[in-house]
Amino acid sequence: MTLTEAPAPLAPAEPAKKPPRRRGRLTPYWLLLPGLLWLVVFFALPMIYQASTSVQTGSLEDGYRVTWHFATYWDALVDYWPQFLRSVSYAAAATALCLLLGYPLAYLIAFRAGRWRNLIMILVIAPFFTSFLIRTLAWKTILADSGPVVHTLNSLHVLDLTDWLGWTAGDRVLATPLAVVCGLTYNFLPFMILPLYTSLERIDGRLHEAAGDLYARPWTTFRKVTFPLSMPGVVSGTLLTFIPATGDYVNAELLGSTDTRMIGNVIQTQFLRILDYPTAAALSFILMAGILLMVTVYIRRSGTEDLV
Amino acid sequence: MPFVTWLKRHLVVIAGLLTLAYLLLPNVVVTVFSFNKPKGRFNYEWQQFSTAAWKDPCGVADMCGSLSLSLQIAFWATVGATLLGTMIAFALVRYRFRARSAVNSLIFLPMAMPEVVMAASLLTLFLNMGAQLGFWTILIAHIMFCLSFVVVAVKARVMSMDPRLEEAARDLYAGPVQTFLRVTLPIAAPGIAAGALLSFALSFDDFIITNFNAGSTVTFPMFVWGSAQRGTPVQINVIGTAMFLVAVLFVLTSMVVGNRRNKQKA
Repeated sequence: MTLTEAPAPLAPAEPAKKPPRRRGRLTPYWLLLPGLLWLVVFFALPMIYQASTSVQTGSLEDGYRVTWHFATYWDALVDYWPQFLRSVSYAAAATALCLLLGYPLAYLIAFRAGRWRNLIMILVIAPFFTSFLIRTLAWKTILADSGPVVHTLNSLHVLDLTDWLGWTAGDRVLATPLAVVCGLTYNFLPFMILPLYTSLERIDGRLHEAAGDLYARPWTTFRKVTFPLSMPGVVSGTLLTFIPATGDYVNAELLGSTDTRMIGNVIQTQFLRILDYPTAAALSFILMAGILLMVTVYIRRSGTEDLV
Repeated sequence: MPFVTWLKRHLVVIAGLLTLAYLLLPNVVVTVFSFNKPKGRFNYEWQQFSTAAWKDPCGVADMCGSLSLSLQIAFWATVGATLLGTMIAFALVRYRFRARSAVNSLIFLPMAMPEVVMAASLLTLFLNMGAQLGFWTILIAHIMFCLSFVVVAVKARVMSMDPRLEEAARDLYAGPVQTFLRVTLPIAAPGIAAGALLSFALSFDDFIITNFNAGSTVTFPMFVWGSAQRGTPVQINVIGTAMFLVAVLFVLTSMVVGNRRNKQKA
């Protein structure tokens, strides 16, 4: 592997007079081969296996055979559409909350933190190093029925309102949609903050001054200058939050109840406990297709196709 | 109304700090409850101060075994993913070749796929091949999903590199190997380190993909998951707190050392 034989990165093509050197030409392929092989065998090939499994019929004892039984997809959708709907709405709620909560913090780190910037940055990343399952379990303590959070919300009659909206049930927060969304928001918040911070940090501070000089109020400056310039961060942040949140089943299992099961819970149960592989594969395929479709439309509409 | 003006001016700061508090609250709870002496099997309600768990962190059956297994898997997954990912990143930035966009999407897709989909499909493959689920299947899966993140981290760094530095090295009669080891690699090192660190954190903390492909092997996150059903020992919180402290100390010292070096240079 000789990197020196490479043309400079921006050179249009190898100069014509240079004799083509075999070793140099093959170098990129040798560099790519092991990693790409890994992704093809353990990422792409499994997808094909899964597609084939989803149209098989049979039983665990007699084995499964490909019978092009597409009805599995229809049955899966009919049986589990509430879980699909729930996954998308919980993930959408969590993504919106992440944006709402994460933006001020990213803004604070980028423009207002001064010498505290690095410290706050460390505090945003450091929780990653405690297993997220342990941290999610901590929410069981925070939202406990007899805990101060529930008590305060109760005495402020917030729980009456959320109960009426169907987000909580009675005097409880645990085992309700609110708890699951709260856990999802918490778990994926850093994935929103980091891209937001990256795109905010790139903004030239003089643009703010210019807006001020042109008599824009702070809010107008934010709406017309800062926010539009931070759009790449908003798009990648929402994607990085929404996609994993849709497929998540940890929060729904630990903080929710049987009424808050998401599609991830169904896939997990079908695959690991009921061992109904065709249904599980079909569900997982529908989830994948749905997310890819939503992501494509979203990227197109937000006009940041160079994002990836 | 000076207070209203003050509030208006600092609204962003207050909102940001509240979010920071939301992010850190669970860690505070984990730390406080590592000193708890729970009554039942679950460590969710505060009872009584005790340092018993800190004195005997491995006092729970199988927990430290699962921890050491997770560390081993994270180590090898980091080595594998960093090596393969760095090679891909260099090829992508430095060379022109066919099917570049196909390569790019193959690298992007694992990051845009919900974990549960990758987990389920990989299990389908392993079941079809009749593979024995355990250490190796976990390691294979972890290298797979860490790879893309390494590529992104290293690519960003190599792209911002000034190609003239390498030309200068060659002009000064450095051979290809020397140029790579003395110039290219040191400049790319921060990107490679970031990719490796990310891989380690992702692999160590992964639950969903591991849960599908582990068979009866138990990693630390799987131990925690199991204990959420059976009863949560206080020692889990001890490990969580210790990891948090080690991470913060590690980053702080590396920052202090970095600052000192910069000052010496200046």
